[in-house]
Amino acid sequence: MTVIAGAVPIVSLPAFPFEPQYVWSIIDVSLYVSGLAIVFSTAVSLPVALLLGFTEFRGKQFLQAIINTGMGFPSVVVGLLVLFAVSNQGPLGGLDLVFTREAMIMSQFVLATPAITAISLAAVSGVEENVRDAAHVLGGTRVDVALVTIKEARYGIATAILAGFGRAISEVGSVLIVGGNIASADGVSKTRTLTTAIQLEARQGRYETAMVLGGILLVIVLLINAVVVRLGEGGVMQ
Amino acid sequence: MPIQRRTFLAAAGTGAVAGLAGCSQILGGNDQTAGVAGETLTLTTTTSTYDTGLLGELNGPFEEMYGVSVDSVAQGTGAALETARNGDSDVVMVHARSLEDEFMRNGHGVNRRDIMFNDFVIVGPEGDPAGIQGMASATEAFTTIANSESMFVSRGDNSGTHTKELLIWEQAGVEPGGDWYQETGTGMGEALNIANEQGAYTLSDRGTYLSQRSEIDLVILVQGPIEGGPETLANPYGIMAVNPAVHDVNYDLSMAYIGYITSPQAQDLIDGYRANGEQLFFPRALSEDPDFQQYVPEGWSSNATSG
Repeated sequence: MTVIAGAVPIVSLPAFPFEPQYVWSIIDVSLYVSGLAIVFSTAVSLPVALLLGFTEFRGKQFLQAIINTGMGFPSVVVGLLVLFAVSNQGPLGGLDLVFTREAMIMSQFVLATPAITAISLAAVSGVEENVRDAAHVLGGTRVDVALVTIKEARYGIATAILAGFGRAISEVGSVLIVGGNIASADGVSKTRTLTTAIQLEARQGRYETAMVLGGILLVIVLLINAVVVRLGEGGVMQ
Repeated sequence: MPIQRRTFLAAAGTGAVAGLAGCSQILGGNDQTAGVAGETLTLTTTTSTYDTGLLGELNGPFEEMYGVSVDSVAQGTGAALETARNGDSDVVMVHARSLEDEFMRNGHGVNRRDIMFNDFVIVGPEGDPAGIQGMASATEAFTTIANSESMFVSRGDNSGTHTKELLIWEQAGVEPGGDWYQETGTGMGEALNIANEQGAYTLSDRGTYLSQRSEIDLVILVQGPIEGGPETLANPYGIMAVNPAVHDVNYDLSMAYIGYITSPQAQDLIDGYRANGEQLFFPRALSEDPDFQQYVPEGWSSNATSG
């Protein structure tokens, strides 16, 4: 072992190629956009999943099929649709949303919502009928029943939110189109996320620096997963 | 104590506002708004101006001078013009005169100015299987590549470089196609990498090639006009304001930007800009002699349109 260690020259890591301020601002934009998109997505998806989980109606399977299809919707297409909506010529043109974070949140909301809804629905449907019945029999209101269901299905719902977040923060197609990958002249990101910054580096053939940013993205997703899993375990202890 | 401080802040704030209002009056602005300060200019442009770092160098002083921010969106010439066509940008800086002229003719752009130029070069593997090294004509080089069916990588993305490439094929009378001709649909940097991997020829702007030269084995086989090559390979950059009669845009600020970019200050910055010790762009906005052709589509004359 020591012989090998001595024979191999110590490979010096390449110097970090970016201004820290630049990277922090990119991380900031990524988390702001994807975080808010997921908050809004969850606020819409969870009630829909609960409603669908609790009721039976004709065409329910068809609706589920549509939601599942939404999970595979290409982000570039979503980006184009949002661009048409917010463009100066589009229905929301008056709001001046093109190349803003708000437009990016809109497109990531559209991307993440089907994933969170579909996986939450699976989790909610998996909660035993008798648990729900018990809550109902014990005099619970609809809200109580919903809360009990959410508590029972919390792992699945957490997975749903993480899947939605993963889809949002890792996509490049839509945020590039509606956000424009803008950083100001002094090197502070306005609508540049980690993924569009990676794309920018790759476009110029700077694959090493692109990989550095890819590593940062991976670490962030890992940390957020760890935090959410930890929260879930805390719930078990109670 | 906190209340006193707040009162003080309020008083100071009022004083500052009054002072600023006074300034703007001196500068000729009205009471409500101090000129364009605080506004945002959206510039759509090509990857070559952005990726070489030139825009960052140019925009800093402009932002400082006017107290505004410039949002530069690097898209490639075709996409940059399309964004402007939808009224989503205020000003466009691109490098494909034929597309610029079309944009102007359709009424989307006004006040076109020449900014700067560099040139295209034909690069390829050192072995040069088609044997185009040192040819004095770009069309001859392209014809030779096509006849020998040597690998050629095309941007295929409606960019300024792609437009130039298609123009050369057209002039050469060759319809490119077949296994040897590959459209990548990527930026110049990636296209150079792909050509490098495959030992293929490609057309590149000199700036992007120079900034990437250390990482690839491709060499310049046909020079552009800067190094005495054919004029066909010239690569002029132009800037246009989006027509405020057609779109809801920040016209004042875009004209201020065009004024700045074509000013001696910005032209000097372009002249002095170096990447890896090489000059990438040559200023062209200022000349002692009139250059009317920059304001109108190529070949335009008042006689031709009045009939």
